[in-house]
Amino acid sequence: MKYTTVVIGASAGGLEAIRTVLMDLGEDFKASILIVQHLSPHSDGYMVRHLNKACRINVKEAEEKEKILPGNAYIAPPNYHLLVEGDETLSLTVEAKVNYARPSIDILFETAADVYGKNLIGIILTGANSDGSKGLKRIKELGGITIVQNPKTAESDSMPSAAVAITMVDYILELSKISTKLIELVGDKNDPNR
Amino acid sequence: MIKETIEEKVENQKIEIQLLLEAINIKYGYDFRNYSSAHVKRRILHRMSVTGLANISDMQHKILYDKEFFNSVLSDFSINVTEMFRDPSFYSEFRKTVVPILKTYPFIRIWHAGCSTGEEIYSMAILLKEEGLYDRTQIYATDFNAIVLEKAKEGIYAIENIKEYTYNYQQSGGKASFADYYIAQYDSVIFENSLKKKITFAEHNLVTDGVFGEMHVILCRNVLIYFNKELQNNVIKLFSDSLSKGCFLCLGSKESIKFSASSKDFEDFVTSEKIYRKKYLP
Repeated sequence: MKYTTVVIGASAGGLEAIRTVLMDLGEDFKASILIVQHLSPHSDGYMVRHLNKACRINVKEAEEKEKILPGNAYIAPPNYHLLVEGDETLSLTVEAKVNYARPSIDILFETAADVYGKNLIGIILTGANSDGSKGLKRIKELGGITIVQNPKTAESDSMPSAAVAITMVDYILELSKISTKLIELVGDKNDPNR
Repeated sequence: MIKETIEEKVENQKIEIQLLLEAINIKYGYDFRNYSSAHVKRRILHRMSVTGLANISDMQHKILYDKEFFNSVLSDFSINVTEMFRDPSFYSEFRKTVVPILKTYPFIRIWHAGCSTGEEIYSMAILLKEEGLYDRTQIYATDFNAIVLEKAKEGIYAIENIKEYTYNYQQSGGKASFADYYIAQYDSVIFENSLKKKITFAEHNLVTDGVFGEMHVILCRNVLIYFNKELQNNVIKLFSDSLSKGCFLCLGSKESIKFSASSKDFEDFVTSEKIYRKKYLP
């Protein structure tokens, strides 16, 4: 199975957790990555700059109508929901908060599942509410792979716990093991099957 | 009968949505066919679950036969999440860079396209008053949704937001006390009548309607994000055709003209705040 896209959701403790996951990925990582991290509406782009410096993969803020390309990690801007369109571009909306969040992880995961189906990997990391559980369930329903950070060792366990409560997720992993699993699933340039 | 797979369901829903949008266009003349499709799907599924309909085709039927229901669908499509002085840095930059140029014009025409419930209009009205420009300005406030237009005309908002609005106002370079501009009554605030004097409210649909006048400033913030690329292209052309040379188009902070064919008509004026200026020479 060719996995083309990874979606990641995180809340409290997410900055460090996302950095851990992305840090080991090479700049030629063969999938695209879309990320929702719950942020204050007044955030100033620190997260994008910090991650871009720390990681080899290209990290940027998701732009309206931008084409989703492999080797890039796109982060939802504060105070906008991030959606995936049928033509594999990104779109933003300012509709009401979902699960008290904007950006909402559920909205990203559900729209991505509709477009990428079996080719999608969904990951829920540390967080203090249940945003993302419904979205992860949808990813599984549409044939994608689901990964959740081990709630027992997550900085904030509510989000991963809520996710495993409603879905038989494919992998529950320690934070440090998630990038290895991603590289295994997505493959790298030495993989003869790609 | 073989039960459809979930992938088939997603595919079938796509078709049903297309048909539903066709039905709306044919019956009511509102064209949502070029709105962003992920957004449209979410709005439709939301209305379906609230109403307890079994599927999108049933919703299409109800839309055709129940005008009240159609009106609720219509308001679903018009996203009205807005605030006074939203993105304060935009207003602050507008004061610093656009206002000095407007001060050189004998009269000013400003168009709020997709004005929603009006918070942006009253924000700009306050700014213009403080800069001494209000009396020589005519403001046009348009939206395709008659219901929100009525709300905009009233200028009455929930009091629970006033702290946030006050903060925004101060951050935007507000020169007075925000409370000077409204009266609090029960759980609402009512904005001053003097702010409404130079505002004309009218229905206008960016998808289907054309140029209605030549403007000095057009504000269309967080409306284009709901349109697909093709429709964005058409609307930006409409704006270009509606602007005098050397005059200003203001988009939402995450929007851009860069994918549109009319981008060559404009130059960046304040890049960070998506304020564009129509070139004098093509």
